[in-house]
Amino acid sequence: MEFWSNPIKAAADWLTGVFTGWGMPASASNVVVSLIGVVALIVVVMVLDIMLVWLERKIVARFQDRLGPNRLGPFGLIQPFADIIKLLIKEDTTPSGADRVVYNVAPILAMMAVLLLWAVLPVAPIIFGVDINVGALYVIAVGAIGTLAIITAGWASNNKYALLGAFRQVAVMISYEIPMVVAILIPTMLAGTMGINSIVEAQNVWYFWLAPLAAVLFLVSAMAELGRAPFDLAEAESELVAGHHIEYSGMKFGMFYAAELLHAFTFGGFMAAFFFGGWRGPGVAQFPLLGLFWFMLKALIGYWVFGWIKYTMPRIRIDHMLALNWKFLVPVSFVLLMVVALMNSLLRGSDYYVIGMFLSNVVVGWGALEIVRASARRQRKEIETPAQTASAHH
Amino acid sequence: MTALQIIFLITAGVILASAVMVVTTRNMIHAALWLIVTLFGAAVLFALLDAGFIAVVQVVVYIGAIAILFIFAVMLTRREMRDRGAQLNSEWWLSAVVAALTFGGLFFLLSGWSGFSAHAPGLSSGTDTVQLLGAALVSPDAYVLPFEVASVLLLAALVGAVYVAFQKKGEE
Repeated sequence: MEFWSNPIKAAADWLTGVFTGWGMPASASNVVVSLIGVVALIVVVMVLDIMLVWLERKIVARFQDRLGPNRLGPFGLIQPFADIIKLLIKEDTTPSGADRVVYNVAPILAMMAVLLLWAVLPVAPIIFGVDINVGALYVIAVGAIGTLAIITAGWASNNKYALLGAFRQVAVMISYEIPMVVAILIPTMLAGTMGINSIVEAQNVWYFWLAPLAAVLFLVSAMAELGRAPFDLAEAESELVAGHHIEYSGMKFGMFYAAELLHAFTFGGFMAAFFFGGWRGPGVAQFPLLGLFWFMLKALIGYWVFGWIKYTMPRIRIDHMLALNWKFLVPVSFVLLMVVALMNSLLRGSDYYVIGMFLSNVVVGWGALEIVRASARRQRKEIETPAQTASAHH
Repeated sequence: MTALQIIFLITAGVILASAVMVVTTRNMIHAALWLIVTLFGAAVLFALLDAGFIAVVQVVVYIGAIAILFIFAVMLTRREMRDRGAQLNSEWWLSAVVAALTFGGLFFLLSGWSGFSAHAPGLSSGTDTVQLLGAALVSPDAYVLPFEVASVLLLAALVGAVYVAFQKKGEE
C-alpha cells in the first residue's frame, strides 16, 4: 500500500539507494536519478505519441464516415508501428542549397518545444516533472521555441513555399500569443499563483465555470498556435503544398508530424489543468494514482475536441485569421480580464460567486458577438446598396 | 567545485563562444541564430541565480519576440536569402578595443565592491520570488512609478503603431 500511494517516489528512493550503495556521492546519484526520470517521462510520452497517430486516424475516419486503419492487428492498432518503419526506411533527402545544420536542427526543435511542456504538466498529484512557480509563463516561453522551429525549417529548406508557410505561421503564432497569454492569466489570477500544480489544487470549482469565455479563448488561440485546421494555412495544401515541412522526408517529417499531434494532446492537457481541474476527480484523495486516469480522460476529451474542430471546419484565409485575432479576440480577452478581475474581487466569498462569475463571462461574450454582428450587418448593407442600384440600371 | 559552479562555467563558455560567432559569422541568419543561443545562456544564468521569473521572461521577450523579429527583418530586407556580403567597413578592431575597455573598466570598478567575491546567499525555502516581485512592482514604496512610466511608454508605442498603420476612410 505504501508503494502504490506514491510509486514514482518509491522507485526514485530505491534507485538512489542502489546508486549510493555503489559508492556514488548522494548529490551525483540524485542527478543520475533525475536524468533517468526525464528519460522515462520522454519515453512514456513518445509511446503515447505513437498511439495518438492511431487515435487521430480513427477519429478523422469517424468524422469522414470511413473505418480508418483496420487491417493490421486488432482495430488496426499495429498500423502506427508500420508507419514508423516506413518513415525510418524512407530515403532521407536534403534539398540542394539547404542550410544543412539548421535544416537538421529544425525538426529537433519542433519536438523539443512539445516535450519541454511536459516538464511542468502535472498528470497526477504525485506525478509531475517540476512544480516551478512560473509554470504558466513557462508554457508561453516554450511556445517561442516552437516558433523558432518553424521559421528555421522554412528558411533552411531553400524553398519559397516553405518560407511563405513559415512566415504565415510565425505571424499567426506571434498574434495569437496575446489572447493565449490573457486566457492563461485568468486562471493564474483566480488561483493567485503561476504554478500549474497549485492552479490545479486551487480548483475546488472548475475554472471553466468561473471563466467559460477564457476557456473558449484558450481553445481558439491554442488551435492557432498548433496550426491545426481551421487555422492550418501555414500548410494550406492547395496553395503552399505543405508549408514549412515541404522538403522534409522520412523521420524528419515524422518529427514534425508527431510533434503536431503530441502538441494537440499536450494542449488538451493544459486545457484540463487550467480550466477543468486537471487530475482532480472522485477518489483521488484516497488513491493519488487515480489522478492519472482523470487527467488522461480530460486531456483525451480535449484532444478529441481539437480533432472534432479540425475535421469539420474549412480553412480560414490569412487576413481573416489575423483580423479575427486583432479585432475580436484581443479586445475581448482584455475586457474579459478586467471584468473577471473586478467580479473576482467583488464576489469572492459570497454565495453568488460562481453564478456571478459565469454570468459576467456570458455577458461579455454575448456583448462581443452582438457588436460583431452589428458591424457585419453594416458592412453587408454597404456592399449591397450600390449593387442594387447598379442592377436597377440593367 | 560545486555543481552550480560547473554549470555556470559551461554556460559562460557557451555564451562567450556563441557571442563571438554572432559577430564573426558572415551569414546574417546564422548570426541571429547564434544570438538566440547567447540569449538562452543568459536565461540559464538568471535561473542559476534563483530568478526563475526573469529567466522565463528573458526567453519570452528576447527569443520569442526580439530574436524572431531580427530574423524576420533580415529575411524581408535582404534581396537574397543567403546574405554573405562584404563587411560595411573595416573598423572591427576599434569596436574590439571599445569592448575590451568596457569589460576592463567594469571589472576594475566592480573589483572594489564588497560583493564581488562573495557567495550569493541562498534563498530560504518557501520564498515566493514571483509574489515578492509582483508586490514590489505595484508598491508605492518600491517601483510603482518606473513600472507605470514603462507602461505609458509601451502604450505610446502601441498608439504610434496603430497611427502609422491606420487607413483613413476613403483612402486606399
